[in-house]
Amino acid sequence: MNHLRRTLLAALAFAIARPLAALAAWNKGAFTATTPGEALKSLGVGNAAASKDLHIEAPEIAENGAVVPIEISSAIAGTNALIVMIEKNPFPLTARFDFKEGALPFVKLNVKMGETSDVRVLAEAAGKYYSATKEIKVTIGGCGG
Amino acid sequence: MKIRASLGSGFTEVRVLMTHPMETGLRKDADGKIVPQHFIQNLTVKLNGKTVLDAQISQAVSRNPVFSFRLNGGAKGDKIEVSWLDNHGESAAIEAAVA
Repeated sequence: MNHLRRTLLAALAFAIARPLAALAAWNKGAFTATTPGEALKSLGVGNAAASKDLHIEAPEIAENGAVVPIEISSAIAGTNALIVMIEKNPFPLTARFDFKEGALPFVKLNVKMGETSDVRVLAEAAGKYYSATKEIKVTIGGCGG
Repeated sequence: MKIRASLGSGFTEVRVLMTHPMETGLRKDADGKIVPQHFIQNLTVKLNGKTVLDAQISQAVSRNPVFSFRLNGGAKGDKIEVSWLDNHGESAAIEAAVA
């Protein structure tokens, strides 16, 4: 009984101490997945069709894996989400952007890459998924140190 | 944090810089001890108080993250707010008017 009460109190204290964290959604299952397939499954992404309307601008060769600039955009009508997956990183899922009315499906960001890898970008539009990939060669990895 | 919001042709470009270590939990310090994970998990962009973009990110985003976003249309003086929340429950926010 005491043990149960302690556990409940601890859980309650945790919930009160981190109200923001509890409110904001972060897909732990997808972000801690160690393969691209598992991450996609956790995100609920089904079959994705290759699309030429999904653009990835990035260097062919990144000298420093700690800062690899990537620009992603979608010309697919109704794109409401973009997902970035670095296939060979220890945890491939890197970012998911959800665009509401008022935002364009365009993001520029810097990412870390442990080694040369395909970078896969997925777009969600009207419940369907599209994908594009680009290989980025990395000279010096940026994950460990 | 730093932010700049400027009008492009038909869109507003928002560029934001966050000061954050973005520790992966894989790096070792000088004493060979693992540096614990510490990274931003959530980002929100608001235009005039209305959320227009929500993002979830991982520890693989580079240290001191810089993001560029584009908002549809926009006018001078529109209020842009960007906020983040990390895995320790720490958060920060910054505001700017479109120039």
